[in-house]
Amino acid sequence: MLKPLGDSSILVQLGDKIDPTLNQRVHALNALLQTIPSVTETVPAYCTVLVHYDPLISTYNEIKNLIEEKLALIDDATHRPSRRLEIPVLYGNASGPDLEPAARTLALSPSELIRLHSEREYTVYMMGFTPGFPYMGILDERLTLPRMSTPRTHVPAGSVAIAGSQTGIYSVDSPGGWHILGWTPLTLFDPMSEIPFLFAPGDIVKFIPTDSYRKVHFAPGIAKNR
Amino acid sequence: MLEITDLSGIATLQDLGRRGWNKFGVPVSGPMDWFAHRAANSLLDNPPNSAAIELGLGEITLHALRNTVIAVTGAGFEVENYIWTFPLWTSFYVRAGWTVRIKKISGGNWAYLAIAGGFDSPVIMNSRSTYLRGGMGSALKTGDVLHSGKPAKELLTLAARDFPAVPRDLSRAPDEQDKSCSTVPMRYSQSPTIEVIPAPQADWFTADGIRTFYESEYTLSPSFDRMGYRLQMLPSSSLLPSPSPAKGIEKNITKELISEGLTMGSIQIPADGQPIVMMADAPTTGGYPKIANVIHVDLPLLAQCETGVSKIRFRETTVGEAQEKYKFLCRAGL
Repeated sequence: MLKPLGDSSILVQLGDKIDPTLNQRVHALNALLQTIPSVTETVPAYCTVLVHYDPLISTYNEIKNLIEEKLALIDDATHRPSRRLEIPVLYGNASGPDLEPAARTLALSPSELIRLHSEREYTVYMMGFTPGFPYMGILDERLTLPRMSTPRTHVPAGSVAIAGSQTGIYSVDSPGGWHILGWTPLTLFDPMSEIPFLFAPGDIVKFIPTDSYRKVHFAPGIAKNR
Repeated sequence: MLEITDLSGIATLQDLGRRGWNKFGVPVSGPMDWFAHRAANSLLDNPPNSAAIELGLGEITLHALRNTVIAVTGAGFEVENYIWTFPLWTSFYVRAGWTVRIKKISGGNWAYLAIAGGFDSPVIMNSRSTYLRGGMGSALKTGDVLHSGKPAKELLTLAARDFPAVPRDLSRAPDEQDKSCSTVPMRYSQSPTIEVIPAPQADWFTADGIRTFYESEYTLSPSFDRMGYRLQMLPSSSLLPSPSPAKGIEKNITKELISEGLTMGSIQIPADGQPIVMMADAPTTGGYPKIANVIHVDLPLLAQCETGVSKIRFRETTVGEAQEKYKFLCRAGL
């Protein structure tokens, strides 16, 4: 389903739920769209791709036809090669101040929570919120928690967190309302680097619990709520 | 070379924006008023993507350290140099040692100062646009010395140019225009009718909600920035049964929207029913339903609307008409 969003963007809706198979189609389509010359940007999300285009090059009907041609191709492309990333995570203590309270709310032990969070492979469904923030899922049903009622005003970059059926990693120091389970020393976003982002939409991610401070050089302090 | 000797408000360098990184969550940024930005560079024969100073909500005083030519465009500002006042939308020669002041008056929010050769600054991810929330570039401050690139032509040939007036009605040919209306440099207005295209969630709203959206008058709320303009519904002056501002714009679908892409001009309706228009630093995605999207040629008009003063209305148009107007405006002197 294609609908205009203003005079220089078009929204391609492939479904209306958060679902891994549907999201694979999103990323397959997104890859195909990169070859259309009048496309200036694409924003792949859970079940949509927003396509920004230059109306001086393509009219709405022209871009619509070009996108429909690509749409016809994705049904054959169900298997798309994805990058697989292993992310070391220091769970709990100062690195993951919400690990214990979250475990209590979920009636799990902290180690069970860590196991459930780290044994699955997740897909980067979408990037947004701040530059380089990966929205990943789906969490094990036993880890579903609402967002915190009072967001923290400062969450350090690298904080690994959960909310709803999703998990994510804060890419820059920012406010945030997700439950922080741990921290990774990897840099998710460096604007001065030639490759500014660790993740890309569609990546497969696995968390590797680590307790070695030799691997993880320092744990940042977490600002207290408010 | 210009030195900032005094500055209030917010001043940043902006080129046409940081393109190609939306999929990683990086906003485009770039100017709030793209037309004024393009016009300022065009007056100096700079490439369209050259960086210019965007000044909002305050004043800037600059000291020229070398002879140069500058152009100032936008709305709501005046340019002074000792005893002279220069009109906006012109280019003028500035000698080394001169002081130029851009002063806030009423009638708009943003001014653009371009320099012959374009401002030089570090390029971050292929752009000189400042994006403060993302730590890309920084706000300009007193004491900053700004360098510029090589001018396109001999300085004197770039000075004393006027930007041609833009026709008020972009759907009519130039020879059919009402001449009395075409003296303004851009179609800015205290009571603009902003054209919009219905957005993908337009059918999430009740018939009453849609009527309220198009029949209400709005002003810009005091809480606005480069990311978004929150609008306030004004009490209706008509005698007909009127939509209630308190109720806002009603939805009949109350499920949550799964986050999807946004663009500059997207009009989101959060739970309180009061519209928020996404602007230059808009996040790449959002989870509020979108009722409509402002067309490209009307973004500058909305960008220059003043808090509490401007009276804004929305009118529905089609993608085809909007694209024709955009082509027309791009030909108008740029």
